[in-house]
Amino acid sequence: MSANLLAIFYLISGVLFILALRGLSSPETSRQGNFFAIIGMAIAIGVTIISIGNFSTGFIFLLIFLIIGGSIGAFIAFKIPMTAMPELVAGFHSLVGLAAVFVAISAFLNPDVFNLGSPGKIKIASLIEMSLGAAIGAITFTGSIIAFLKLRGLMSGSPITFTGQHLLNLALGIIIVGLIIYLCNTQQEYLYWSLIAVSFLVGILLIIPIGGADMPVVISMLNSYSGWAAAGIGFTLENSALIITGALVGSSGAILSYIMCKGMNRSFFNVILGGWGATEESSKSISKEQKPVKSGNADDAAFLMKNASSVIIVPGYGMAVAQAQHALREMVDTLKKNGVKVSYAIHPVAGRMPGHMNVLLAEANVPYDEVFELEDINNDFANCDVAYVIGANDVTNPVAKTDPQSPIYGMPILDVEKSKSVLFVKRSLSPGYAGIDNDLFYRENTLMLFADAKKMTEDITKSL
Amino acid sequence: MEIDPFIFRLSIFILAIFVGYYVVWSVTPSLHTPLMSVTNAISSVIIVGAIVAALAGDDSKIFDTANIFGFLAIILAAVNIFGGFLVTQRMLAMYKKKKKEK
Repeated sequence: MSANLLAIFYLISGVLFILALRGLSSPETSRQGNFFAIIGMAIAIGVTIISIGNFSTGFIFLLIFLIIGGSIGAFIAFKIPMTAMPELVAGFHSLVGLAAVFVAISAFLNPDVFNLGSPGKIKIASLIEMSLGAAIGAITFTGSIIAFLKLRGLMSGSPITFTGQHLLNLALGIIIVGLIIYLCNTQQEYLYWSLIAVSFLVGILLIIPIGGADMPVVISMLNSYSGWAAAGIGFTLENSALIITGALVGSSGAILSYIMCKGMNRSFFNVILGGWGATEESSKSISKEQKPVKSGNADDAAFLMKNASSVIIVPGYGMAVAQAQHALREMVDTLKKNGVKVSYAIHPVAGRMPGHMNVLLAEANVPYDEVFELEDINNDFANCDVAYVIGANDVTNPVAKTDPQSPIYGMPILDVEKSKSVLFVKRSLSPGYAGIDNDLFYRENTLMLFADAKKMTEDITKSL
Repeated sequence: MEIDPFIFRLSIFILAIFVGYYVVWSVTPSLHTPLMSVTNAISSVIIVGAIVAALAGDDSKIFDTANIFGFLAIILAAVNIFGGFLVTQRMLAMYKKKKKEK
């Protein structure tokens, strides 16, 4: 196959990937979009194999490795519970990162194959490209591993900070740039290995100071990095499919990070530099005196909801932890039978990754046209009888609107307090992730339901 | 005077960023998780580089260091490709056919 024909096929793959993302603009077209992406991938892999035209031992190995990897991937994809989606995505990002590192290493060791020159005499431009690809890939790899461990609960979700952290990161960043420059001048192999090693370290250091609830930003950011790493490798290999894909994924992740940051009213750097709510805020909230709280049981809640004409459900990360989405759907079904109008309100940063709550609700067979984003539903709280807050906390805290001193001041929140009554399912009165007390707990119209989210929801269904 | 092919690739790259920007903004927020899993799957198109690296040279070279790294990258990318597409498919299937249910 001629190089030109090959390039045309890669271009077609790239276009199919664009169409795949386009398909995600609505649930109806989304499956078709995924199908386009699969075709694009099949074309890219197929033409690459044909263009090499080596169908002997190497090809057999290739098939074996494809099947091994593919089976592992398929197994994971079918087995993974939907609640574990954030860590799955983080885990997958780490694989892309590491794959980018491996391809970059391979290109460095054997540049002739990719027309980049010969070992020790690699073209400077290619060297820069593959260094960047390897460095970003390495950062994506270790960063995603840390994110995975935090999301999986294998590592504490609280921020790990130490003095001089930012200076250290800065110094390491400068070292990376220095290594790349030095590498371009001398083409020494050990410099390349050092570059990758330092990048691995940077990936770890970048993610450890970021706390659990900021994970939506981290995952999106790592998503973006994996794209830039792919683009870097794409430049090295002069492959337009990789360049296009890298650019798409890179900008997709960047946009998601932006949306998540906006959902918290924080700047990207503020999130990345980390350590939110770990210090003064929490001590302040503990010192607050005990205020009267109304608490109720499942029967009270059932009574309130049965007599309501409209109910808005506000799910949060707690729902995912308690795996309460199915119980919730059953409760809503019962309510609907009683003629209650029910809708769901999703805050942009609810959960641990963008769209996390939507997927869980979809899993529980909640029709997606009953699920609304913050700006679409926020005005409805004023006309709603009961807001049922399940596993959410900071995203409902009215302090964000009233207290300029509060760390979450200015964050868009769901106006839960405007509804006639608020049912707040929570294990205890402990503050949320931001470490601040939620004013809502002490309001006249709030009824606290202290229990596990799933248990409470099931009990309410029984009482209905 | 000839234009360096790098400039063409850079043009593709910059334009693709813009395409990505506009396309991703039109993705509905409820599909942001599938968006992440599908972008993750397609970024594994890096496997084409891995295949070239793994199959470089004749069969006697298969166990050279550079080739081995290529094969390792193939496994990683394959996990991602199959896992990413299938899990996206699984998620999207859940968003299906609910519209008229109630």
